[in-house]
Amino acid sequence: MAIIQDMMPAFELFQPASVNDALALVNRHGKDAWVMGGGMDSLDWFKDRAKKPKVVVDLGQIKELRGIRQQGDGVEIGAMTTLTQVATNSFIQSRYGLLAQAARKVATPQIRNQGTIGGNVSQDTRCWYYRAGMQCYRAGGNTCYADTPTAMNREHCLFEADRCVAVSPSDTAPALIALAAKFVIRSSKGERVIEADDFFIGPKVDIKRMTILQAGDLLTAIRLPATWAGARFYFEKLSDREAWDFALVNVASAMIVEGGTIKQARIVVGGVAARPFRLKPVEDSLRGERVSEETAELAGQTAIWGAKPLNHNHYKVLLMKNLVKRSVRGVKV
Amino acid sequence: MEWFRWERNPWGQEILIGLSWDLVWVAVAAGALLIVAHALVYYWRWRGAGAGTISETLPCSELVEPIKQLPERILRHSVASRLFHWVMAVSVLTLLFTAFLPIWGVKFSWVTAHWIAGLVLTAAIIFHIIHASLWKGLGLIWINSQDLSDGWLAVKQALGSTGSAPGKPGKNPLENKLFHHVVALATLAAIITGLIMMAKIDTPWWNRNPYVLSDDTWGIIYIIHGAGSVALITLIMAHLYFAVRPEKRWITLSMLRGWIPRERYLEHYDPQSWPVGAGPSGNTAPAVPKHSEAEGL
Repeated sequence: MAIIQDMMPAFELFQPASVNDALALVNRHGKDAWVMGGGMDSLDWFKDRAKKPKVVVDLGQIKELRGIRQQGDGVEIGAMTTLTQVATNSFIQSRYGLLAQAARKVATPQIRNQGTIGGNVSQDTRCWYYRAGMQCYRAGGNTCYADTPTAMNREHCLFEADRCVAVSPSDTAPALIALAAKFVIRSSKGERVIEADDFFIGPKVDIKRMTILQAGDLLTAIRLPATWAGARFYFEKLSDREAWDFALVNVASAMIVEGGTIKQARIVVGGVAARPFRLKPVEDSLRGERVSEETAELAGQTAIWGAKPLNHNHYKVLLMKNLVKRSVRGVKV
Repeated sequence: MEWFRWERNPWGQEILIGLSWDLVWVAVAAGALLIVAHALVYYWRWRGAGAGTISETLPCSELVEPIKQLPERILRHSVASRLFHWVMAVSVLTLLFTAFLPIWGVKFSWVTAHWIAGLVLTAAIIFHIIHASLWKGLGLIWINSQDLSDGWLAVKQALGSTGSAPGKPGKNPLENKLFHHVVALATLAAIITGLIMMAKIDTPWWNRNPYVLSDDTWGIIYIIHGAGSVALITLIMAHLYFAVRPEKRWITLSMLRGWIPRERYLEHYDPQSWPVGAGPSGNTAPAVPKHSEAEGL
């Protein structure tokens, strides 16, 4: 069980000044090293003593990981750029309003000032059994405490459960997938650029991770291509309270609409699976359709096909259906 | 190296989680050691003494009546037996790969393939138990006193004793019977515990409920499951090694085509203990042109 002490266990702290130095550190310490961005997720783990790394590599001093840079037709956002900077950047606001809106909905102003875009997409799940330090599958045990006849699983998943029923808590991740972002990952083997879709993994692939990042990997930047710049965007987050809360369900959509007809669409829902849940069948069904109430209704119905609610989260099915419907109708952003 | 994995449960108690995966490497090392040891002993002692030289045929002119009346091909494994063997082989390999590759860092969606392969293996074993009990006869696989005395003589011979040589076995030599029983034990341990672990999976018939057993009991279930699975690694390594050895090729081929040559039958088996043309319960094998059958494992 977690011991709430607000007293972190001892660890060796490194604050490298360059990516190369950081890579050298994570390579030297391997699985003993914990890479920390803004610390919004990490410090919770440490204070609860649920995670006790021997070494913490704080990326806060690496200037090359900060900032928003135009790159060709698109833009590159350093992984250590704060959520406030993302939400308030004029270029992001004008061309990728979906991401600005999603970043603006994260937690509170204080957290957005400290929290980073890289940390927001890499954060661990908020399943309270897991966060409380229980030895569930995700923590290396052999039981899921959130999916039992007596479990409290109001916040848990509708899709892609595989022993673990936790959900991805990120607000910016669905927006980045909807914008077809690419994630730049560096390791001692070099740099690789992967689709945002492929960055997140579910428990079927690895029950102990939320992303493909492994020991020795650093997420250094996120690139947004021009493909979806200026498209029709929609972002909505529903949570128990307006601020300082994780989404029960959120939706991010990007659509290219010409003459009232949907040419292309990308719709991603958060809070319903262990990774941001992209609705490819809905996207396919929308292509060539006119934006109308009927189309939106059909999209909502299609979105929830295959949902498997747990004991206490049936409400999420209706929530998801209506959010997808509203994203197709389009009002916000 | 640790034997078990321990974790702390929500009530602060230390509980068993399962077998330590360090033992996977122990199993691999044991299998490799066995293979190397056998290969060396075979090369230096048996091969040097001239035993084990491979003769493809025996001159038929040496055969006397009524042996000449034997068919050239002696059926060793019926279609049902071969089908069971290969279904078991595919399902066990699927189970081992889906279980251990993720532990070794090869990440993929393994759970569904794992439990489906487990159910296939369970069905195959149920079929095998019924088939062996009602049709083939369990006597073929029981270890009897003759097996033990011949086994003891074989051990003494391998250690250099020049005493009397062991007699030829029936259809299943002692080493085959021992291997069968150890594999049966490991497989049954893995599948029985695996079936209990299905309580943790949602199916069309029930919803998962890990609370059907206590944490401690689950730990024991996982340990038995892991021990059976890890043991199978060593056993399968040994099985594959003997299957590909040149002097065993004819018996490996019999698991594909069903029969062994008459010469091999006369060379390696006691016709009194494995009479061709009659099953273990005295049933006459179905007449097959150019073939005869001695039903068994």
